[in-house]
Amino acid sequence: MMPSGPPETAPGDGPALRVDNVYKSFGANRVLNGISVQVAPLEVICLIGASGSGKSTLLKCINLLEPVDSGSIFVEGHDITTPGVDVNQVRRRIGIVFQAFNLFPHMSVLQNITLGPRRVLQASSSEAGGRAAELLDRIGLSDKKDEYPDRLSGGQQQRVAIARALAMNPEIMLLDEITSALDPELVAEVLGLVKELALGGMTMVIATHEMGFARDTADRVCFLDEGLIIEEGRPEEMFTAPQQPRTRQFLQRIIAAGRL
Amino acid sequence: MLGGRAVLVSSASTVVFFLVLFAAIALAPGASIVQERFLDPVHLKQAFLGTQTSPSVFEALLLNVKMFMIAEAFILVFALIVAIVRGIPGPVFFPFRAVAVAYTDLFRGVPLILVLYMLGFGVPGLGLRFFSSRSDVTYGIASLVLVYSAYVAEVYRAGIDSIHESQIAAARSLGLSRWQSLRFVVLPQAIRRVIPPLLNDFIGLQKDTALVSVLGSVEAARAAQIYAAEQFNYSSYVIAAALFVLLTIPLARFTDQLIARDRRRRAAGVTV
Ligand SMILES: Nc1ncnc2c1ncn2[C@@H]1O[C@H](COP(=O)(O)OP(=O)(O)OP(=O)(O)O)[C@@H](O)[C@H]1O
Ligand SMILES: [Mg+2]
Repeated sequence: MMPSGPPETAPGDGPALRVDNVYKSFGANRVLNGISVQVAPLEVICLIGASGSGKSTLLKCINLLEPVDSGSIFVEGHDITTPGVDVNQVRRRIGIVFQAFNLFPHMSVLQNITLGPRRVLQASSSEAGGRAAELLDRIGLSDKKDEYPDRLSGGQQQRVAIARALAMNPEIMLLDEITSALDPELVAEVLGLVKELALGGMTMVIATHEMGFARDTADRVCFLDEGLIIEEGRPEEMFTAPQQPRTRQFLQRIIAAGRL
Repeated sequence: MLGGRAVLVSSASTVVFFLVLFAAIALAPGASIVQERFLDPVHLKQAFLGTQTSPSVFEALLLNVKMFMIAEAFILVFALIVAIVRGIPGPVFFPFRAVAVAYTDLFRGVPLILVLYMLGFGVPGLGLRFFSSRSDVTYGIASLVLVYSAYVAEVYRAGIDSIHESQIAAARSLGLSRWQSLRFVVLPQAIRRVIPPLLNDFIGLQKDTALVSVLGSVEAARAAQIYAAEQFNYSSYVIAAALFVLLTIPLARFTDQLIARDRRRRAAGVTV
């Protein structure tokens, strides 16, 4: 089950995701600087880098929540950045989970999870409900299906948010610092779930500040600096023998802060 | 919570306050003539029930209630449409947005009574087949809808704007279209939030149905006026006023309850 190796051992012909020379600015602030990255099917990559290096922006561009200025992004070989592409069609194939959970507060846990399948995939309520029950079982929250989000702990909310994204059967999952808003004691339950997902086989791009998690879970770690990936490699290499001075500096700061 | 002593003090102070107030009013010069003109029990009762020559204020009030209910239904829908149109992005929709903005600016600025005059007296004179042959009540309701929808559209818009954009991002990221996100995620939350201010506007609307009397419709205020002109006694106005107050109190209390519930819920949300 475990995708023990980098891209070449994975099935399928091309990469699941290819980001090609993407630029993105907010006003005069250039955030993505011609970034390129490929993700093989079932590969798990972690994006690390200082705050403001462009991790969230990259994930938002991949999900078309932000338009790119130039460059292209391919999902399963299809360019999703050409004009005229059906953004809703693209987004249903790419799940994203945000730092702040962003559950719908007026809907129960079950309704949160079934909204996408029902309205976008046109699933019947019993189909969607069945799939939701499966997911709730998997995240260990079957007994909370009728609760509203504000009655759940942060960790539970984030697990529901993951289930909500998974309910769409996405080909790729994007996770954006999904434990940064959690109390330390709740981080493990969420990371555990992501780890299970990775072991079960899921293409994922994960922006994280949790270096221990990145080391344990990622097939490949990419270090972002000023909108470019300046170093990437297997976690063993990246965390023990980083080549670039910027990477070394960053990791030293992280170690000093006791986060690795 | 008030302690036993506090209750005692507050009761005593209430009794004394009203005794003094009552004495001041009852002993004031002209008190008896005021009572005779405004609070005569016989006139109060007659105005309420109606006479051979003047309509019952109570029955006339039913027209206010009817106008209020019909207008309210239209306002809720029409204002929502205006608010939504105002928020449609994209250059193609610029003219629609512009019309929505112009409409709200215009009708929030023009006094209701002028709209009533223009519709109620102006439109019948146009000789248009359908539009010019409606009843006064219809012109009255149309005026109320035009003016109040402008306010209510702004209330809706404030509610829509108050929903954080991360909610829209979450909806869109599931593949929901812009319209679906609005319908299933933004509007349900926005409308829940604006119910108290919305009800507040409707309390105003209930009262303003009285202005339709300028077109000649015999609603409560007009019925009271007919009675007063006939009997040279203003008790009919007092009874009409009292009925309007009674009409608005349930809505006012209901609004308070919703606000209190909202506050409790928010307080509970913070501690979770
Ligand atoms: N919507 C936006 N409008 C303007 N500037 C933005 C916007 N989103 C991000 N930025 C800017 O882009 C830069 C990169 O932000 P981004 O959120 O991608 O960084 P990040 O690597 O995710 O950082 P963090 O680790 O703090 O989450 C920042 O300087 C930020 O201020
Ligand atoms: Mg970020």
